[in-house]
Amino acid sequence: MSQIDASTLPSIDMVSDHACLLTFSQVINETVSNRIAQLTHHLKRLNGVVDLVPSYTTLLVVFDGDHYDRFAIIKAIRHVITNIDPNEPLQTDCREIVIPVYYGKEVGPDLSDVSNHCQLTEEEIIQRHSETIYRAYAVGFTPGFAFLGNTPNELHIPRKNTPRLKVPIGSVAIAENQTAVYPSVTPGGWQIIGRTPLNLIDWGSENLALIAMGDSVRFEPISRDEFLVLGGQLDGF
Amino acid sequence: MAFKVIKPGLMALIQDLGRHGHQSIGLTTGGPMDEMAFRWGNALLDNDPNNTQIEITFGMLTLEAQADTSIAITGADLATSLNGKSITPWQTYAIKKNDVLTFQQPVWGLRAYLAVKGGFLCQPVLGSVATVVREKLGGLTGKGDKLQKGDWLEYKASSEHKQRAVPRSAIPDYSQTDIPLVLSYQYQSFSSMERAHFFSSDFTVSSNSDRMGYRMEGNAITSDIKGIISEGIAYGAVQIPKDGQPIVLLRDRQTIGGYPKMGCVTSYGGGILSQKKPGDVIQFTPMTVDQAEHERHLKMARLNQWR
Repeated sequence: MSQIDASTLPSIDMVSDHACLLTFSQVINETVSNRIAQLTHHLKRLNGVVDLVPSYTTLLVVFDGDHYDRFAIIKAIRHVITNIDPNEPLQTDCREIVIPVYYGKEVGPDLSDVSNHCQLTEEEIIQRHSETIYRAYAVGFTPGFAFLGNTPNELHIPRKNTPRLKVPIGSVAIAENQTAVYPSVTPGGWQIIGRTPLNLIDWGSENLALIAMGDSVRFEPISRDEFLVLGGQLDGF
Repeated sequence: MAFKVIKPGLMALIQDLGRHGHQSIGLTTGGPMDEMAFRWGNALLDNDPNNTQIEITFGMLTLEAQADTSIAITGADLATSLNGKSITPWQTYAIKKNDVLTFQQPVWGLRAYLAVKGGFLCQPVLGSVATVVREKLGGLTGKGDKLQKGDWLEYKASSEHKQRAVPRSAIPDYSQTDIPLVLSYQYQSFSSMERAHFFSSDFTVSSNSDRMGYRMEGNAITSDIKGIISEGIAYGAVQIPKDGQPIVLLRDRQTIGGYPKMGCVTSYGGGILSQKKPGDVIQFTPMTVDQAEHERHLKMARLNQWR
């Protein structure tokens, strides 16, 4: 049997007649995130589970309330939690993803504002942003939008006062202690510092979204020419 | 064989029970705003519960049949007529080639459901035909388009028709103004005074309401906390943003969010709410999980026994 400490067990609360919320912690950290990613993987196979929404410190479990009893579902979830092998590699299906980024003013219009705010040169910002390995703590907002943390302290900057109405696809942006790539054209208030030619969401692919909750992500600077060769577009601003 | 779309309507969407299992990548479910009306439509025709239907919001839709079939209309009364003759919802109708079906505008409720024997034939995307306009997914084109003039709504022709109607007592009352809500999520972060306020106030449906969420206007509700760590949003969650005006998150809702929530309206209550128009007034009524489960089981048992 596993060595599960009762204090690390999530609380389970019904939020509606067909969904319950598992709360693992009140603080965000990698250990908590690993446990949520791992449990999400295991619960995918549980009968009666319709949908799972993992986030920073919680996991929402949506179940088929017409055919399954809620007490039985909660019991089954507890059973899965207490029977996870403690020696199992923590992240069962998490990957390491490298995202090429062209950090240029024509696609990163907020680079100079970030530079002023953080008291760093643009080169230093690019270096700091691309030398960190991030973790996908949550995916949401729009399909495939991954909240990546944490950016180095020197890069912390508030969101823009007035969000842009249209952020171009592939824009790489920072806000507070997070960074992200915009998978589709949406309004957005984050500070845009570059753009990737990669598709973050592809309804024809097996994974659909390039980044899943729990994945590790690193950004790799590329030149303007490489960006264009990889199919990058310069329009949008 | 098909219905030809003569007039596309304000917003007519292909729907099934929704696209489930992809919320972990941020993909919403879609599906019928009034689930019970949708379920009755398929039950009336002995269809599979998930067979494809058309959700007709407001009306202004005209269809012309190219072959015989049997249809069921449920949900709102949109001043519907068959070959110019007025017909009422919550029952089946025999359709002959060249028949013209017209939905004008709401008399009672807001959204009607049109089901056809065997379901409309439509290519699913990620396991569902549900149209989510914002995400450009589902529907006839697979790209989230609402119905357009000239579209063909394919079905398998059938001369079999059974005259059936939903028992009067099982038809929802769309004039009901109390919307049941299960207290959950951050309800404890609202003082007992604010909770009392919330449950005793009238709220008006804002014109800024859609399939994603119904925005309410009324006395501002304040929470002791400003924001929370973003977490998964269940169907019907009632989010209270900084301005204190509740937003009920429905079928096309975002998957995660960081505003405090009072709880979740039940699927039945969410269906009733979805039949409300901007300017309509509602109140929220607290309900326990037990009561909500009980309510749903009763409605489903009614439908399944009738089937």
